[in-house]
Amino acid sequence: MDFRLGEDSEAFRQEARQFLDEHLTEAVREQMQATGVRHNWDFHRARVEHGMLAPGWPEEFGGQGRDALEVLASAEEFQRAAAPTYGLGTTLMVANIIRHIGTEEQKRLILPKALTGEIIIVLGFTEPESGSDVAAAQTRAVRDGDEWVINGQKMFTTNAQEADYVFLLARTNPDVAKHKGLTTFLVPLRQSGVEIQPVFTLSGERTNLTFYSDVRVDDSLRIGEVDGGWHVMTVSLTFERSGPQGGDSNRLLDAMEEWASTAVDAAGRPVAEDPGVLARLGRAAAENEISVLFARRSAWVQNAGGLPGVEGSMAKLFASEALTRQSADFVDMLGPDGLRSEGEPTAIADGLAEYSYRFSLGTTIYGGTSEVQRNIIAQRGLGLPRG
Amino acid sequence: MDLNPTEEQQQLIEAFSAFYAKECPVELVRSAEPSGYDAELWGRLRAMGVLDMAVDEASGGWGASLLDLALVAEQHGRHLGPAPLIEAQVAARLLARSGSGPSEAALGRARLPDRLTTLALHPPRNGTLSLVPAGAVADEVVFMDGDRLLCMEILEDRRPVSTIGSMPVADIGVGSPVELQAGEQARSNFEQARDEWLALTANAMVGIGTRSLEIGVAYAKERHAFGVPIGSFQSVAHGLADAATGVDGSLLLAREAAWAASEDRGRATQLAALACAFSAEAARAASYRSLHYHGGYGFMLEFDIQLYFRRAKAWPALFGEPAIMYARAAADRLSTSSAGVR
Repeated sequence: MDFRLGEDSEAFRQEARQFLDEHLTEAVREQMQATGVRHNWDFHRARVEHGMLAPGWPEEFGGQGRDALEVLASAEEFQRAAAPTYGLGTTLMVANIIRHIGTEEQKRLILPKALTGEIIIVLGFTEPESGSDVAAAQTRAVRDGDEWVINGQKMFTTNAQEADYVFLLARTNPDVAKHKGLTTFLVPLRQSGVEIQPVFTLSGERTNLTFYSDVRVDDSLRIGEVDGGWHVMTVSLTFERSGPQGGDSNRLLDAMEEWASTAVDAAGRPVAEDPGVLARLGRAAAENEISVLFARRSAWVQNAGGLPGVEGSMAKLFASEALTRQSADFVDMLGPDGLRSEGEPTAIADGLAEYSYRFSLGTTIYGGTSEVQRNIIAQRGLGLPRG
Repeated sequence: MDLNPTEEQQQLIEAFSAFYAKECPVELVRSAEPSGYDAELWGRLRAMGVLDMAVDEASGGWGASLLDLALVAEQHGRHLGPAPLIEAQVAARLLARSGSGPSEAALGRARLPDRLTTLALHPPRNGTLSLVPAGAVADEVVFMDGDRLLCMEILEDRRPVSTIGSMPVADIGVGSPVELQAGEQARSNFEQARDEWLALTANAMVGIGTRSLEIGVAYAKERHAFGVPIGSFQSVAHGLADAATGVDGSLLLAREAAWAASEDRGRATQLAALACAFSAEAARAASYRSLHYHGGYGFMLEFDIQLYFRRAKAWPALFGEPAIMYARAAADRLSTSSAGVR
């Protein structure tokens, strides 16, 4: 047993830190803060130049063929630094699907652009009437010669305003069981009939509602078989749940420990001597260590050729629930001063605790809610019967 | 990174797994209640070399790593071994670290076949060492008083105490102890012993948590209500999924903590305390969920889950509640300024 990530991973982690020092500038942060958009084209393209966009991809696609633990080491740094990575995350997820089950034409058309930072791709799964029940999607795709005609709505199409394509789950056969009548398409977003409506969230992040009215997509941009969308989804949801964990909560803990090492209470005593404060910090430290270990376990499984299904669900469930718990705990720990908003000059640690209190909620929802993860763990991990 | 045991570690796990399955069935655990001590089992464990392996080679032992001991402790917890494994190992290691002279002699006595030397986790208060692990059955106890590391033969002033955890603990009056070591070195040696106790107990809790979960999952598959297995209800399934996630997390952290004792010294104190606190909570949660999903049967002494539920709370609590351990880790992080550094 060895808990070190290895020399190559640590060296690559250093590269990632250097890159972040240089390119995650105040300007990039301010733009994120002002717009709520966690994608930045300059930052995105700088990643390409420095081999930081898709280091885990084979060299033939412009990657470096790095293994899952090396990729994770760098991704941990990007997450801990709160870098704008949402656009890349969804793009690589779809690119991965195309690489595994796309046609040669799709690979030629999409992969080079995606991996040179020219385009981003967003996800179109959730609808106003369907979230966790992904297969209940009602957005329709009807065949018209070599094309398909799309009508419907998608929720939480984050970064649609920046993207070239939406990876869209649509109903192609309403007359069969819901899982059997779905198909996925790569729908060009810059065309008439697509309407993007901004939606603002509790954390300040911007997402979108997207409307599709007689939108056309060529059959050559269908991903997978007609009515084979559920298979594609199963693959894609697994990708969505691998990746780093614990970065947001470790950033929060760093800030709280910095506060604790200097602050004094009303009576002038250092808070670092308050057992209640110490217990709160320690509890978060344990949770964060486990979040990180869970994500590393998934990468280790991947390196051994496995697919981290249940492991990925545990990592996602645990890290997001831990962040939710501890951010509430830290707002309490700071006392009334914990209420001062992010952006208030008088806020402790720039209001990171109250921001996390809001931000954490989203993490327990997107990428499969905690309840969905518990179902996966119960059924596939523990072998309990389906309800 | 490699989360798989090495071939040697795997052999160790298999040897002790087979040993406990044969020598420590649940009937034996029950027959050893309420004392929590089975002399024959302890004799067999000694014959397996559990004390020899714990001591370094320079002191005449086999020099096992703390991770090796942790893998044994996990089996011990899984089978609720009524034997003073962890405290005897930690005490022997402490003696081996504490210089020559009286420590060496004390280690020699501790390793005699029919002798047992244990360790008190806390200094005496009002002349009494309170709830000493294995204090009810040990011959000698090692403890800290101020900055002096002491060792004492346990004579008449010993009051075994019945607890929720069926452990052979006792309150022991301080008579005439012998000083083993004093000053900063003594303090640091003793704190390392407490780290080791926390790390090994964390791994024992992983065993308790794992087995508790298995019992609960098996019951949820087998027991029917409203015409279906109760495990198909989300209220039950999600509780077990949370318990499984906690136990899996505790396993990773507890093993990392034991590994760090030799491979990442700077974080060893922190990780041992974090692991014990979290594993205690995870084992408690798993045993509580499993017991509760048994319905009324879980409340009956006849069902085994109650054996786990009681020990999950009691074993780590000899050190203190989880909050105390979390605070210990946080204080270490702040003082070594490992906070923010990675």
